[in-house]
Amino acid sequence: MKHQDEYRDPELARLQLQAIGEAVAGFDRSMTLMEVCGTHTMAIYQHGIRSLLPEKIRLISGPGCPVCVTPVGYVDQAIALARLPDTIIATFGDMVRVPGSSTSLLDEQARGANVKIVYSPLDAVTLAENNPASNVVFLGVGFETTTPTIAGAILTAEKKKLQNFYVLCSHKTMPAPMAALAGDPELKVDGYLCPAHVSAIIGANAYQPLVDAFRVPCVITGFEPLDVLQGVLMLARQVVAGKAKVETQYRRVVKPEGNRKAQKLLSRVFESCDAQWRGIGNIPDSGLRLCEPYSRFDAGRALPVELEPTVEHDGCLCGEILKGKVQPVDCPLFRNTCTPEDPVGACMVSSEGTCAAEYKYGDWGMGAGG
Amino acid sequence: MCLGVPMQVKTIANEMAVCEIDGVRRDASLMMIDDVEVGDYVLIHAGFAIEKIDEEEARLTLQALRDALDMGLVPE
Repeated sequence: MKHQDEYRDPELARLQLQAIGEAVAGFDRSMTLMEVCGTHTMAIYQHGIRSLLPEKIRLISGPGCPVCVTPVGYVDQAIALARLPDTIIATFGDMVRVPGSSTSLLDEQARGANVKIVYSPLDAVTLAENNPASNVVFLGVGFETTTPTIAGAILTAEKKKLQNFYVLCSHKTMPAPMAALAGDPELKVDGYLCPAHVSAIIGANAYQPLVDAFRVPCVITGFEPLDVLQGVLMLARQVVAGKAKVETQYRRVVKPEGNRKAQKLLSRVFESCDAQWRGIGNIPDSGLRLCEPYSRFDAGRALPVELEPTVEHDGCLCGEILKGKVQPVDCPLFRNTCTPEDPVGACMVSSEGTCAAEYKYGDWGMGAGG
Repeated sequence: MCLGVPMQVKTIANEMAVCEIDGVRRDASLMMIDDVEVGDYVLIHAGFAIEKIDEEEARLTLQALRDALDMGLVPE
């Protein structure tokens, strides 16, 4: 990629930091900016951005990691499906280690369940094609970046007339949880760094209702260090000036109207529904389920299973961490009983979970934790 | 999970493209985008090209930052 390295130029980063410092110099309080994308969380930790920002800017992580916001009940359902005979669970890698109420997909695999990690939902369709005697269940987790790829896989399975391909849906949408958190008086979010690739699909205009309703500035920001710093600068300037509008820093990818072809693909296969978010609870119209013509692909309907009672793990603060209310170092389990090797909560499992990022890059409460 | 890898389109056939970055090649579905040509840069996510990367916008963003550096100012 021609320009990729240039978006990591240290000299330009230094200049950006200086500008951020100047922008907030005369501001009489601190501001809380929330990033709502797991990939931003990783980029911010990886490049040590929190520790470089002025003290007046508090950068917190929100509910932007799809694996982390998936409720325990969904993991239990996937595990129950994995125990059915002649069933293959196909999933993105992060899901296999997420603890359910009593076990994980990885544990089930060790006991003989057939769990395959795939890179693309299309690989799951190929699995179904190559294993006609088995049912293949793809774990449909993700935001609008990922869901059109699952729609594409379902249309491909339909075209191939496959009768053994299913999706267990737990798709979530933006910016619904941002609206839920914007109204939370305890959090007082001053501005949002909006997700880059979700916005490539839904478009910058999708944030306008959020801005209108809550007067909260939104800046759609890319993932390279210069992108993040410029996004913070644009947000800080809006907050200081008392403005609230949607701005796009990541203009090389995100258009005001988004990707209309992907949106059409989505609405052909999926329809809006209420969804459960770990830590936040039920949010109206924040999820996607298969619409009627494609409901035969719904694993939840086609393959009924009995579920064990849902058990949330004692002491795990994932829910509060996902709302940005506490930091990983505030959790009594962090680094004690909860580690990447033996995770208790989803935020420690996912490679882009806040706890996993803090474990890998943080200095554990010595000042850089946010 | 929403990671997108910028890759260059090398060949196109039947709504599928072979894309490359740093010598690594991957097949990617073009179901989600129109008007892609060999040589274009696209963002690849989960085996699909999800959007084209606008090289001109990429250059303009950097240019604005560099110009500001030259003038000792930072762009609004």
